Amino acid sequence: MAANPASSRRSEVLAALRAVRPALAVIADRESLMPFETDAYISHRETPMVAVLPDTPAQVGEVMRIAHAYGVPVVSRGAGTGISGGAIPRDDGILLVLSKMRRILAIDALARIATVEPGVRNLQVSEEAAPFGLFYAPDPSSQSVCSIGGNVAENSGGVHCLKYGFTLHNVLAVRGFDGDGEGIEVGSEALDAAGYDLIALVTGSEGNLAVITQVKAKLLALPESTETLLAAFASVRAAAEAVGDIIGEGILPAALEMMDRIVIEACERFMGLGFPTDAQALLLAEVDGGREEVADSFARMKAVLERRGAREIRVARDERERADLWRSRKGAFAALATIHPDFYTIDGTIPRRCLPDVLERIVEWSREYGLVVGNVFHAGDGNIHPCIFYDANVPGDLAKTEEFGGKILELCVQMGGTITGEHGVGIEKLRQMCVQFRAPEIAAFHDVKRAFDPTGILNPGKAVPTLKRCAEWGGMHVRGGVLPRPDIPRF
Amino acid sequence: MQNPGQSRLLNADFIPSLCERIRAAQASATRLRIRGGGTKDFHGGELAGELLDVSSYTGVIAYEPRELVLTVRAGTKVAEIEALVAGENQMLPFEPPRFGEAATIGGTVACGFSGPRRPYAGSVRDFVLGARIVNGKGEDLSFGGRVIKNVAGYDVSRLMTGALGTLGVLTELSFKVLPRPATEATLGFEMDEAQAIELVNRWAGQPLPISATAWIDGRLCVRLSGAPTAVTAARAKMGGEELPAREEFWRDLREHQLPFFRAGEPLWRLSMPQAATPVSTPHKQLIEWGGGQRWVSGALDAATLRAAVAKAGGHATLFRNGDKGVGVFQPLAPAIAKIHKRLKDAFDPAGILNHGRMYDF
Repeated sequence: MAANPASSRRSEVLAALRAVRPALAVIADRESLMPFETDAYISHRETPMVAVLPDTPAQVGEVMRIAHAYGVPVVSRGAGTGISGGAIPRDDGILLVLSKMRRILAIDALARIATVEPGVRNLQVSEEAAPFGLFYAPDPSSQSVCSIGGNVAENSGGVHCLKYGFTLHNVLAVRGFDGDGEGIEVGSEALDAAGYDLIALVTGSEGNLAVITQVKAKLLALPESTETLLAAFASVRAAAEAVGDIIGEGILPAALEMMDRIVIEACERFMGLGFPTDAQALLLAEVDGGREEVADSFARMKAVLERRGAREIRVARDERERADLWRSRKGAFAALATIHPDFYTIDGTIPRRCLPDVLERIVEWSREYGLVVGNVFHAGDGNIHPCIFYDANVPGDLAKTEEFGGKILELCVQMGGTITGEHGVGIEKLRQMCVQFRAPEIAAFHDVKRAFDPTGILNPGKAVPTLKRCAEWGGMHVRGGVLPRPDIPRF
Repeated sequence: MQNPGQSRLLNADFIPSLCERIRAAQASATRLRIRGGGTKDFHGGELAGELLDVSSYTGVIAYEPRELVLTVRAGTKVAEIEALVAGENQMLPFEPPRFGEAATIGGTVACGFSGPRRPYAGSVRDFVLGARIVNGKGEDLSFGGRVIKNVAGYDVSRLMTGALGTLGVLTELSFKVLPRPATEATLGFEMDEAQAIELVNRWAGQPLPISATAWIDGRLCVRLSGAPTAVTAARAKMGGEELPAREEFWRDLREHQLPFFRAGEPLWRLSMPQAATPVSTPHKQLIEWGGGQRWVSGALDAATLRAAVAKAGGHATLFRNGDKGVGVFQPLAPAIAKIHKRLKDAFDPAGILNHGRMYDF
């Protein structure tokens, strides 16, 4: 009696992968596969059929050729810092781990281009560019560990994207392999490429359109000057109004971050920064650029904040004080984690004018669900990160948290916003995709996928739900008259 | 002049009737030629098919200066939009060329055209946040959004940018807008082409408020934009001679109204890595975008030019006039051409939208 077909296919695929020359690391025993079971969406995990760790693009090409020949799914991953589950493996698939491909191939100072392999860490690009007076702008909060390939796959943002844009705005060209196993290069070293803007599709495609083997990243001049301040407000509404006024004044800050009372209190307990604890909102604002430009905008920004009734404005006098101010923002989640062991971070975007209303609703729901929520926002661009606290040891708490999170995302869509500002859809937000998009739009996404990957081997089941799932969830008719705010077009 | 009520009514009917027209065209395999203001008829492959005039779908849907977000119907004139945002001291940062006052925002996005500020602020694609389109199956689809940060779904609105209407008719578009700089000044420097390319790239690696560059006939012009103190300080650092009343120069450059752009001659656009050394051509070049966009006016051998440009990492477009039989756009690598064809077949299965305007599909 022959072995079952799945296990014999597994042996064939393993044999083919082990036959690749020069040989690459092939991991197939269960224990060694354990570290690869999840990314940073830790509530879900799966053991891959096999993990491979190539050293070169040629080996990636071989892996893709084998995957295509056997019709085996391929999930690619870098550092595994994604928090929407985009790099969670499949038990019937290859996990393509690109973290060994971490060479900086070139820094061209005159052209301001860094050519790097996908496993290079985000922060490392800026570190390597610094001696030339240059830096790589996108700075997701995981920048010291996350890798560039993953940044491209997720179109990562960061705290400075109001001014500097996302990964898409800072990447010139990407090399990799499509689902046919063919080598492709999208974008170019020039400012545009002939034909359709395929790099706009590949960036943010969550490993669904291509496996990335090389990235040409754009480098910018390091700002000559940076000014940072922290302002306390008596209400979120007042802080939100101040943000609107700053932008209305013609100032484009590099960062505009807001934190609510729960976060302030946690930070205070955790770090003792000495902020007024009766403040309902803190605004962290930073301007950078040429010295004169910064002096001009900083003075105007301070005037706006004072006019808007900021109760206390703290200006960083040096790098150490700047780092202290940022600690309140960057350490916010750690501070909150001291209250409750487990938390779930939401990532929606809303038009900023809706911020106070959305926050009020979140507070109401927080009471209904009996779950504490701390709110951190990228206030400049309306990207909200409500952080729901739960206890994984309490049965049903996670499910309740996920339901609450889903409601917040649906509220974002109703407000004319979106279900993900920068964390991606992964497996986490598949259901909300059916709320944000209608069936023909979801179908168009599948068309895009098929153009790059006709047999559907690249990260199947992530980023875009099947139409069938949407129909089952019954979320497919938001615009058919059911939308609570039909006056807001969603696009 | 339509009264506003009538225009609202026309607008309400526009998308359903557009969908119907496209479905009918698909059923009868009738090719359609999409046209807004008609100012860019010169660009891309030969015009073919029944005229599909989309210029009547006009007006601003939403403009929130404090959110930096603008949503407009695609038939709205670029001139009107720029006047509107200027009223709030804001701008379309990609400084779109119009090539005629009738230019619509839809046509601008479809062509993917950006102006002098492009290398320093970003391209039209960079500032598109969302698009509503009707595809070649007559489906009304919306992608992207009206918020700055959004990574839900593949970035189809940016795929539409520069697709020359071959994947769908643009009906509504959202953009990120930016504050207008308080002051601008233009500096002039005498130097040759190679020196100019090197210098503008070196400057780009420094925190200087440069917003445009152009080199022509041995003279480099650099535009500075920002706070008055910043522009003054940069002038002192960079040297050169301040040129008076140069707003017209940048406008004429953007609109191809400088004497360099001679009527009737083939005009080639070389999109190059910014720091690439000069590509030699029998005719002189105008170099802008910090070396990233180089123009050559005059008859040239397409194959020779494209080979030289590709070797340097760029691509060449026969932007205007000349023999379009040589292919307007640089040929694609086979693996990339395959993806193009599949996208086209999916979005426009009958091949009715702007057939041949970009490549042979």
